[in-house]
Amino acid sequence: MSVLNVNNIKKNFGKVEVLKGISFSLEKGEVISIIGSSGSGKTTLLRCLNFLETPDKGTITVDGKVIFDADNKKKMSDAEIRENRLNFGLVFQSFNLFPQYTVLKNLTLARELMEKNKKDGLSKQQITDEALELLERVGLADKKDSYPCQLSGGQQQRVAIARALSMKPAILCFDEPTSALDPELTGEVLKVIKELKESNTTMIIVTHEMGFAKNVSDKVIFMADGIIEEVGTPEEVFDNPKSEKTKHFFSKSFENI
Amino acid sequence: MGFWNVTLSLIGGLKYTCLIFALTLVLALPLGLVIAFGSMSKFKPLSYLIKTFVWIIRGVPLMLQVIIFFYVPGFLFGQPILTRFASVIAAFVINYACYFSEIYRGGIESISKGQYEAGQVLGMTKLQIFFKIILMQVVKRILPPIANEVITLVKDTALARVVMIVEIIQAAQNFAAYGLMWPLFYTAIFYLAFVGILTLLFGHIEKKFNYYKA
Ligand SMILES: Nc1ncnc2c1ncn2[C@@H]1O[C@H](COP(=O)(O)OP(=O)(O)O)[C@@H](O)[C@H]1O
Ligand SMILES: [Mg+2]
Repeated sequence: MSVLNVNNIKKNFGKVEVLKGISFSLEKGEVISIIGSSGSGKTTLLRCLNFLETPDKGTITVDGKVIFDADNKKKMSDAEIRENRLNFGLVFQSFNLFPQYTVLKNLTLARELMEKNKKDGLSKQQITDEALELLERVGLADKKDSYPCQLSGGQQQRVAIARALSMKPAILCFDEPTSALDPELTGEVLKVIKELKESNTTMIIVTHEMGFAKNVSDKVIFMADGIIEEVGTPEEVFDNPKSEKTKHFFSKSFENI
Repeated sequence: MGFWNVTLSLIGGLKYTCLIFALTLVLALPLGLVIAFGSMSKFKPLSYLIKTFVWIIRGVPLMLQVIIFFYVPGFLFGQPILTRFASVIAAFVINYACYFSEIYRGGIESISKGQYEAGQVLGMTKLQIFFKIILMQVVKRILPPIANEVITLVKDTALARVVMIVEIIQAAQNFAAYGLMWPLFYTAIFYLAFVGILTLLFGHIEKKFNYYKA
């Protein structure tokens, strides 16, 4: 059974139809890359999965449980939304770390608030230990007491990845994780994502790093004007694109190189 | 009329200056937050109502507002509702709450949407996001303009004279009836000391927030 089933998601902003019926599924441990020109709706799709936007149509199913159904109009409570969105983690293009907290506190803040409300929640010490382990994984254990403003962009984004992992999402989403970085800093972030792939983390990655997408993905989705124009293995999409739009996009993407 | 006599009278006036200052701050700082949330409300009629109110309060001289609070109820109901002192406090609190509300609003709106969204995707509640993430960043940003207003308030307390509250300037002016002008100039020392202490205090608080940049 797929870990994620997205079925016919539609989203309008006013009269503009930004997502025109997106469907795809994702297996456990799989990595999907989403590529496409800017304005094609990639960010909106990730925001819908993370409940930052409410789709106008469609369903989202995680592990066989429908967590969103636009037609079933019964209003979800805030608590339900919070529980459902924790199936997903989101790494933002602009990191969005909390500037007033140390790296470690950035990782433990939300987790501590959540565990406090459980009957047999984890202790602060256990949460801290888990956070330190995550920092180790992204290679920043020595920065645990630093503040975000003392880190480079690449380090901040690695902290943001660790922070997203701290809530143990089933599916980790990335929205152009390296677009805000200087070119020499993208490598360290991509390396972390690659290592996550090797430890079977299920991921959806929106990216403009074509080489990376080809390398790390099990499946590639090419989006254009709010629809999935083409989907397939990296070899299929990158080496033998069928759609004219895909071909056109690649010729534009690579013409500057 | 010796130096010590004058000093003692001025200190008597200073008591009112300090009382107006302290009561205004204690009441206007929280009231300002309520007004700020009102003016940011998604319920448009409320937000327009509050914005109009803030415009009126900020558009009319504080001195006039003090006079209105003291005299107008008298005209309308045949007798004053508020004592002199209470009408000063009411006018000051409402006036300063409106100024504070605009500072709060600017501060809250200056925090990027990404900070809220980062909290949301980590499963935090709206209240947790406001109190654990947003508030401290807002406080850091609004400290300088708040310090400005607080220092202005010290000197605005002199407006209480229009309804015969004997604050420090009025206390000094009473000596002018005896041909003594220097007590009036002497009050400047008290104001400077007051503002000096506040400047040091705010400098100290701002330094506490300097450990991070945002
Ligand atoms: N909150 C919003 N309100 C109105 N229009 C929006 C909003 N968010 C995105 N859009 C529009 O939706 C389209 C898709 O945006 P986006 O999902 O950010 O695309 P991408 O991430 O692929 O560049 C764009 O035309 C954008 O202007
Ligand atoms: Mg985008």
